Amino acid sequence: MKIKNRYDVVVVGGGPAGSVAARYVAEAGLSVIILEKDRDIGYPVRCGEAVAHEGLEQFIDIDPKFISSYIDKFIMVDPTGQEVEFPLGGIKGYVLDRKIFDYELAKIAAKNGAEILTKAYVYGLIFKDGKVSGVKFEFQGEKYEIECDVVIGADGVESRVGRWGGLKTYVNFKEMESAASYTIANANIDPNALYFYFGENVAPQGYLWVFAKGNNSANVGIGIGGEIAKKKSALKYLDEFMETHFPNVQILTKVAGGVPCVPTLEKISAPGLILVGDAARQVNPLTGGGIYSAMVGGQVGGKIVAEAIKSRNLNHIFSYDKAWDERMGHRHKIFNNIKNSIYKFKDDKYINLANAINKIPKNERTFGKLFRTALINQPSLLIDVAKVFW
Amino acid sequence: MLMIEIIENKCDFCGTCVGVCPEDAIEVKEASITIDEDLCTNCAKCVWICPFEVLKFNKEGATNENKK
Repeated sequence: MKIKNRYDVVVVGGGPAGSVAARYVAEAGLSVIILEKDRDIGYPVRCGEAVAHEGLEQFIDIDPKFISSYIDKFIMVDPTGQEVEFPLGGIKGYVLDRKIFDYELAKIAAKNGAEILTKAYVYGLIFKDGKVSGVKFEFQGEKYEIECDVVIGADGVESRVGRWGGLKTYVNFKEMESAASYTIANANIDPNALYFYFGENVAPQGYLWVFAKGNNSANVGIGIGGEIAKKKSALKYLDEFMETHFPNVQILTKVAGGVPCVPTLEKISAPGLILVGDAARQVNPLTGGGIYSAMVGGQVGGKIVAEAIKSRNLNHIFSYDKAWDERMGHRHKIFNNIKNSIYKFKDDKYINLANAINKIPKNERTFGKLFRTALINQPSLLIDVAKVFW
Repeated sequence: MLMIEIIENKCDFCGTCVGVCPEDAIEVKEASITIDEDLCTNCAKCVWICPFEVLKFNKEGATNENKK
């Protein structure tokens, strides 16, 4: 492939946010290249891989080839081991095979005309007249520069593109979830369930997940608050859980990661630059889920960038901040308020909650009821709960 | 003096440290991690957040080669 020295748009990072952004830019008839630092799109997988059907279908035709398991229930586990089941009333979500899923998203971008280059590490931005006007990157030991109208930073939790462009992307370490996960074989669990374990000893200021991944395998991971990680690492918590819950399983993969559980950055656009996905801190701060919100960020951002370039009004990219906030950002602020309260829960609070929910018949349990019960003593948060849960 | 020690063979190159570094002193590539000695203030936030305990605080001064 010949790398041109000018594109309308350069996307830094080939995850879901980057691929979706590139797709919408390409769909508008503009030239775009995705620069991915790793040798593969979609790998390594630093993710729990769970996503709701409702969100996913907006972006891709559901195909069994990237679905590891079909989810019809959540199971919350309290610190005593008591399970609380939430039937979802049918298949409402999936655990993805991100390696294949991310490929498919990139292929959609490519089909629309986007170019993709892997093993391309962006190490700096080019500026012209106070505006970002391109990127500098290394590829196969050589240094290159590409000029463009707009750079889309989709470079993940480790994003530096935003900082270079003058945006404050730094995350307070207390609000970064330190995460570690395993893919395991021989997991004897419900094949259609997402398990969430809570408790001060299991996963303080976060949760531990066990997500069925088909053929008796599972994605087992943990996210803990930064202040907790300071005293004991995510990996230590995870290994302790494995010893007590899955002593005889085989570990197929082991990855580390960080989840920025914060509301979206105050500013996600700058002259010639926007950020999407984890780079913009568009993760749902309550759940730590980021696949869907990254794709929405990529879609909203990609479309606005394309409009700006086609109308020759690059200032139009600044409308992305508001568009994102209206589409999803404002909800994330509410989720963050709820998270801040739940993170303070002690074990007895989780146990009382589990007892209370288990008294409700299974098919009458809703997340609204769960959070209303959990936050019953905090009336101001109950209003927030009413805004985001039915 | 850089006091953040990197045990590189434990590193998964996940970049979580980069996200919490107030100084943009850390660079993580596909399979390498370096700390810019001139920018690092030894605040240790990267040490605290690292999921795999790759980074250590060494007040005697880091002996790793991963300096810039």
